[in-house]
Amino acid sequence: MSATSGPVYAFWRVPPATNDRASPLPWLTIACCAVLVIAALFGNWIAPYPKEAVSLGASLLPPAWQQGGSVQHLLGTDQLGRDILSRLIAGARISLATAAAATLVSGAFGVLVGLVAGYAGGIVESIAMRIVDAFLALPFILLALALVATLGTGFGNIIVVMVIANWARYARLVRSEVLSVKQRDFVTLARIAGVRPLTIMLRHVLPNVLNSVVVLAILDVGRAIILESSLSFLGVGIQPPDVSWGLMLADGRTLMVFAWWLTTLPGLLIVFAVLSFNSLGRWLHARFDPRGQL
Amino acid sequence: MLQIRNLTVAFGPAARPVRAVSDVDLSIGAGEIVGIAGESGSGKTTLCAAIVRNLPRTARVSGDIRFDGRSIHAMSASELRQLRGREVSMILQNPMTSLDPLFTIGNQLGEVLATRCGVSSTQLREREVELLRSVHMTAPEERLRQYPHELSGGMRQRVLIAMAGSTAPKLLLADEPTTALDATIQEEILVLFRELRDRRGTAIAIVTHDLGVIRRICDRIVIMYAGRIVEEGPVAAVFGAPRHPYTRALLASVPVLDGDRVQLKSIPGQVPNLADLGDFCAFADRCPNAVDQCRAAAPKESAFGDRQRVFCWRTDELS
Repeated sequence: MSATSGPVYAFWRVPPATNDRASPLPWLTIACCAVLVIAALFGNWIAPYPKEAVSLGASLLPPAWQQGGSVQHLLGTDQLGRDILSRLIAGARISLATAAAATLVSGAFGVLVGLVAGYAGGIVESIAMRIVDAFLALPFILLALALVATLGTGFGNIIVVMVIANWARYARLVRSEVLSVKQRDFVTLARIAGVRPLTIMLRHVLPNVLNSVVVLAILDVGRAIILESSLSFLGVGIQPPDVSWGLMLADGRTLMVFAWWLTTLPGLLIVFAVLSFNSLGRWLHARFDPRGQL
Repeated sequence: MLQIRNLTVAFGPAARPVRAVSDVDLSIGAGEIVGIAGESGSGKTTLCAAIVRNLPRTARVSGDIRFDGRSIHAMSASELRQLRGREVSMILQNPMTSLDPLFTIGNQLGEVLATRCGVSSTQLREREVELLRSVHMTAPEERLRQYPHELSGGMRQRVLIAMAGSTAPKLLLADEPTTALDATIQEEILVLFRELRDRRGTAIAIVTHDLGVIRRICDRIVIMYAGRIVEEGPVAAVFGAPRHPYTRALLASVPVLDGDRVQLKSIPGQVPNLADLGDFCAFADRCPNAVDQCRAAAPKESAFGDRQRVFCWRTDELS
C-alpha cells in the first residue's frame, strides 16, 4: 500500500480545502439533496394542501403555466382533484424514509457479515461469501413479488425486501476491505502488542473500512429510491392512501395521453433524486477515497 | 532471557519443505543489543516473527523458544497476550504504514498507555507528552493533535519507538528500523535505541542488512545465511576478525570510498533456493574455499574466545 498518493481522511472529519472547493458542483449537489431532505422532513408544513384533500370540482387541472391552469395548484391536480405538488412533497417523505431505512439496515447487516467473514476467514468466510454470491444473483423484482405475496404489503415488509436486495453488496465490499486492512502494518503491530482481535477489528479495522461503506450507502440511497418506486409502481410497495412517487406514476399512467403532468412530474422527480444522491456519492467517493480503491 | 534452541520454521509440503529458518540456536541476554544480519531471504524476518509467534498459519515450527524460561510456542492465548503487550515489543520497517491513518498521534499513544500500562485518563495527556519527550520529539503537545500523515518518516519512527518502549519491555524486536529513513535520521533513531536500553534495560534485536547500523550500535552480531546462523559473536571480534567465508565476503561487499571512486565487491553466485538445500553447508556453492567435505556434511561448529561461534569446516585452516 503506497502512502504517497495523499492522506486518507476518516468520513467524520472535514478534509482541508482543496482545489475542487472552487467548483460549485459539489455545493449544487449538496443543495439538491438538502432540498429533498427538507421536503421529506418538513413536508407537512411546506405543502399547500393535505396530500389526500379531494376536490372533485378541480380535477385534472394542468400546471399553472398551461392554459386552464391555476395558481391555486401550481403543478396541477390529479383525477380526484388532489394537489400534485402536495402529493410530490408527501411522496418525498415516504420515498426518502424508505430509502434511508433500507440503506441503514442493509448497511448495518452487510457490514456485520463482512466484518465477521473477513475477520474469521477460513470456512466461515467461505460460507458467508457463497451466501452473499447467492443473494447477489437473486432477480430482485421476482423476489420482491414473491415476498410481498407471502408477507403482505406494508412499510416494514418493503424494508425487508429492500434489505434482502441490498445487504450482500455491503458484505462483499466490507469483507474485501477487511482483508486488505488486516494486512497493514498498524494492525500487525497492534496484534504483536497483544491487543485482542475483537478490539483490533472494532478500533482499527472497522474505522478504516467505514469510509467506503458511507460512500456506498449514499450511492445506495439513489438505488433504493428506484427500488421503492418500482415496487410501488407494480402495486406491491407503498399502498394508498399513502403516496409515493412510484405510486403516482402508476396512478397516472392510464391518463398519460390527456394529463402528462400526472406521470412526468413524479418521473422527473425520481430522476432528480437519484441523480442528486448519486453525484453526492461520487463526490464523497473522491473525497474519502483518493486512491480509488472502492 | 531469550533462548532459542534448534528452531526450524518450515513452509510448503512436508516431503519437500522450505526451511526459512533452520536449526537456529541463539540467546539474547537482558540489556543486550544484538544485530541480526543477512541478505533478503536469509530468514531474519521469519526468525523475528517466530519469536512473537506471528507466523502464518501454514508455518511448521519445531525447536523451542524460551522467554524467561517459558516456552513461547506452548503459551496459552492469554499468556501470549501478556507477553506480547508488556514484555516483547516490535517495530516494523515502514513507519509510514505502522500508524493508523485515521487517528491522531495522541489518540494512538493514549490507547497504548491506557490499555497496556493502565494509565488513568486524568494522567493520560501528561504521560503522552512525557513519552514523546523521551524520544526527543519537538513540540510534543502539538504532535499529539496531529495525524500520522502530518509527520515525517523519522518523526513517525520516533512515535513508534515511544510506543514500543512505553511498557518497558524486556525485549524489543526491530525489523529493519532504519531502512526506510534517510541517512541523517538513521543516526538519531539508533541513538534512541541505545537510550531505551540504557534507561529501561531493554534488550534489543535489530534485524538489518545494513552492517553499518550493527557496527554503530550493537554489542553482538549474528550473521544468517539461507535460514541458518553462519557466524555469531561480539561486534568487535566479528568485524575485526571475521572467520566465516560468508562474513568475510559480506564485509568486503560494503562499498569502500577510495578517493573519488567507489569500489563495490559483490559475492559471486546467488542465494540458493531454500527448497533445494541439503544438510550440508548452504554457502558451499558460492564459497571460494569450499572443499568436498563442505558439500557432504553439515558444517562444524567451532567456538572462539568471547562467545564467538562459527559454522564452517575449514575455520581452523583459514583463520
